[in-house]
Amino acid sequence: MQKLVDKEIIAKQMSSRIIRNQMFKGLFFLSTLFGLLVLGVLFYRIITQGIGYIDLDFFQNFASRRPENAGIKAAFIGTIWLMVVVAPVSLILGVGTAIYLEEYAKKNKFTSFIKLNISNLAGVPSIVFGLLGLTIFVRALALERSVLAAGLTMSLLVLPVIIVASQEAIRSVPKELREASFAMGATKWQTVLKVVLPAAIPGILTGGILALSRAIGETAPLIVIGIPMFVAFLPKTIMDTFTVLPMQIYNWTSRPQTEFQDVAAAGILVMLVLLILMNSIAVFIRNHFQKRY
Amino acid sequence: MPRGNQKEYSVQQMITEKRLKKKNHFNFEKLIPGLLLLTAVLSVLTTIGIVFTLIFETFIFFDRVSIIEFFTNKKWYPFSATDASFGIMPLVVGTLKVTGIAAVVAVPIGLATAIYLSEYASEKARRIIKPILEVLAGIPTIVYGFFALTFVTPILKQLIPSLETFNALSPGIVVGIMITPMVASLSEDAMSSVPRSIREGAFALGATKLETTIKVILPAAVSGITASVVLALSRAIGETMIVSVAGGSTPNASFDVTSSIQTMTAYIVQVSTGDAGYQTTIYYSIYAVGMTLFLFTLFMNLFAQFITRKFKEEY
Repeated sequence: MQKLVDKEIIAKQMSSRIIRNQMFKGLFFLSTLFGLLVLGVLFYRIITQGIGYIDLDFFQNFASRRPENAGIKAAFIGTIWLMVVVAPVSLILGVGTAIYLEEYAKKNKFTSFIKLNISNLAGVPSIVFGLLGLTIFVRALALERSVLAAGLTMSLLVLPVIIVASQEAIRSVPKELREASFAMGATKWQTVLKVVLPAAIPGILTGGILALSRAIGETAPLIVIGIPMFVAFLPKTIMDTFTVLPMQIYNWTSRPQTEFQDVAAAGILVMLVLLILMNSIAVFIRNHFQKRY
Repeated sequence: MPRGNQKEYSVQQMITEKRLKKKNHFNFEKLIPGLLLLTAVLSVLTTIGIVFTLIFETFIFFDRVSIIEFFTNKKWYPFSATDASFGIMPLVVGTLKVTGIAAVVAVPIGLATAIYLSEYASEKARRIIKPILEVLAGIPTIVYGFFALTFVTPILKQLIPSLETFNALSPGIVVGIMITPMVASLSEDAMSSVPRSIREGAFALGATKLETTIKVILPAAVSGITASVVLALSRAIGETMIVSVAGGSTPNASFDVTSSIQTMTAYIVQVSTGDAGYQTTIYYSIYAVGMTLFLFTLFMNLFAQFITRKFKEEY
């Protein structure tokens, strides 16, 4: 009987294709590993360089011309001051916009223009927001190089992140919840405030924390609005000038002495720990409070 | 039963009370959409603010420096007291050099990562790798700048002895690493959204996973992948801290990647950290440079949106 399927020939023809498939699989996997490897090297370098400078004095000292005395007190407290402005401003504006777009906006050209505008705003380089802040907040509104001017600039920068996250959170609240609320005689705003928002809060918070951690690490806009890098005092009100962690790190990195690079690494370490902490909180909220409908 | 002093209710009264309450409520209800609209309009105002700020200050700049010189002069020496020249070309070339190197790093690695995650990786591997890539994407750019200057540049110097301390290569590579997660995650989204049935069709014809990926999935996801690359490169053009820390401050229009450069963003940083006075020509020049940068990224973002909308495949 004639063989309809010659396994040997097929195996011969297939083997090269299968081998090629395996080779490329390995190649794709190695490329994926590259990103993870870089992350590992980066963390290793920063920890080994910076850990030596981290002690209690590092948190209690102001910036200094001598590396052994340099500390991040002004920058660390300054970052917290910045957050005090950015968090409420960006959350109120971002969540307000998201509620409007998801619950109230009619489907018309104006609404789609706002949406297009937000997605374009997300793509504007951060340094351009710095130019906006310099012209509007620092010069035109005469806020000078204050916590308020920097905070408002940063709020506008992270606004698209919060809007998009809040929109998604609000959208994922099922229609039935709203309709049940309406059926009980609640008005639109009562429904939004007491039914939709509580259900969407975990998603909004997660987005908000991620936006804040972006604001903590952002340097370029603050450089443009002229926030100083060498500060030996703490701000008393939001109208005082200040500095933040990434500015201090930039200052240390661009100094020629190699000791200051280790100090910069220590500063980076503090900032990264802060960011990882915030991200963990975001992940925790996402995993434990987010309801799936 | 005795009712004591309990207040007597009449239905009529309750209805009028409710109506009164509702009237107050009604006004409040009407106010809310307006207030919310105001917050939404603020994001539009931000864009208008950016555009007008850039346009106004750029016009003042072009009053002092001719627009023709700005685009045709091949030298950028703004700080020269006697013979200042403002030709944007060297800054644009510096920016494009860094972006080009970043693309060479990010596009193959990002795409390969996306293919691995979307087509080859098990669910478990994906669950571990994706959050790690998100961490990579969330690292502040100043940290990448530090990494470029203190780690990547010294290593490259060993390989290329003629490399200057500040150069285009090192920040280019690091910017590439920075945007790799963006290419990977957006491309993976595009590939994952290709329906299973299309993959299975290819498998049923005897194609290997590689053949399916290259001949079926990639063509089907090409619009999403292109958009992801364009968006990532637009991010690379606007990247500031890496190039300021590791790129140097010598604007030049040559295509040599081993020498010191200056990008558009690094120039704005140099002027902002220096002591150029308010309302000097140098002060206005950062707006002209910022305008150029803004237009570059705006067109790339619009282009990416156009691709996704125009070539979106509906399954």
